[in-house]
Amino acid sequence: MSIESLFVILVSSILVNNYVLSKNLGICPFLGVSKQVETAFGMGMAVTFVMTLAGTTTYLIQEFILNNLGLGYMQTVTFILVIAALVQLVEMVIQKSSPTLYQSLGVYLPLITTNCAVLGVALLNIQEGYNLIETIINSAGAAIGFSLAIVLFAGIRERLELSDIPEAFKGFPIALFTASLMSMAFMGFVGLV
Amino acid sequence: MMSKKRILTDGLIFNNPIFVQVLGMCPTLAVTTSAINGLGMGLATTAVLFASNTVISLLRKLIPSQIRIPAFIVVIATFVTMVEMALQAYVPSLYSALGLFLPLIVVNCVILGRAESFASKNTVGNSIVDGIGMGLGFTIGLTILGMVRELLGAGSIFGTQVMWASFEPFGIMTQAPGAFLGLGILLAIFGSITSKKHNA
Repeated sequence: MSIESLFVILVSSILVNNYVLSKNLGICPFLGVSKQVETAFGMGMAVTFVMTLAGTTTYLIQEFILNNLGLGYMQTVTFILVIAALVQLVEMVIQKSSPTLYQSLGVYLPLITTNCAVLGVALLNIQEGYNLIETIINSAGAAIGFSLAIVLFAGIRERLELSDIPEAFKGFPIALFTASLMSMAFMGFVGLV
Repeated sequence: MMSKKRILTDGLIFNNPIFVQVLGMCPTLAVTTSAINGLGMGLATTAVLFASNTVISLLRKLIPSQIRIPAFIVVIATFVTMVEMALQAYVPSLYSALGLFLPLIVVNCVILGRAESFASKNTVGNSIVDGIGMGLGFTIGLTILGMVRELLGAGSIFGTQVMWASFEPFGIMTQAPGAFLGLGILLAIFGSITSKKHNA
């Protein structure tokens, strides 16, 4: 395995196959916690931490426990439990270290458990047949891609607050149009790898 | 106490998970590349929602409230695995079309949301009705979005060509940007209809 192939995995998970904008994963926090750049950044960091750890842990569990015992059908149940436990851990850490961030993330923090991007990355790592290092790179890349998308999106939405939008498009519709345009922009990365 | 009919129409229209609550966006956006995929995903979700609402409502007095979320998730994950296996065995074409998004039904916020806000507080009968109502409401939303995207992106509905022969399909509608765009337009239309009713 060469450095180049790892780099290709990293770039493709951040830009080309961005989990939010081209795979439509992790949309709930993407739409829910993107009203301010600061909160979006905090959310991005929390997701980055959970996603990288979850990707690695689930890979090890799949490889050494489920495969060995022939319990492949327990995959979904096991993975979601691992993720739920990790989220609980992150929640306790943030609550202790930064109460303001804890306040502003609110209900969306425990909801990282149900962030489909996290489970999605864990499942895709197995499906793609990545090895341990590729798994870590792909999970981290996916997480950076998520953070990038949500911070950019929050930046645009902050500006949108100040603009004059037709009544029917206020709120979710205009946010979705913005996401659509961003997604088109990210399609431009397709030729990259 | 709400009547069963009220609970059903609540899920289908007044509190529609997609158009009103805007929940469960990941499957909504990702699998609605065609009407049939949307319908299949909707029905699979309905099956899980129906089963999980029933079981969680039965167990609601046994589950301690501190660990209710992990408990709900395990119940939901179990049913998702069952639905996944059933689809793999009987409808392999749909199974491969939905792919990764079948196991991801576990993290559909609609299901956990209903478990938390309805099934854990209501009787079994009402929870079953709520599961069916919300599930079908979700299915309707997915199918409509799937139809719009398929019509504009491929010129067909449920695989049958409906647009005129010289119609040039907008390929973008069946890709990721089209998902956001289609849902944005539908939400705007739904919102303007309901706000007009409020004003009148």
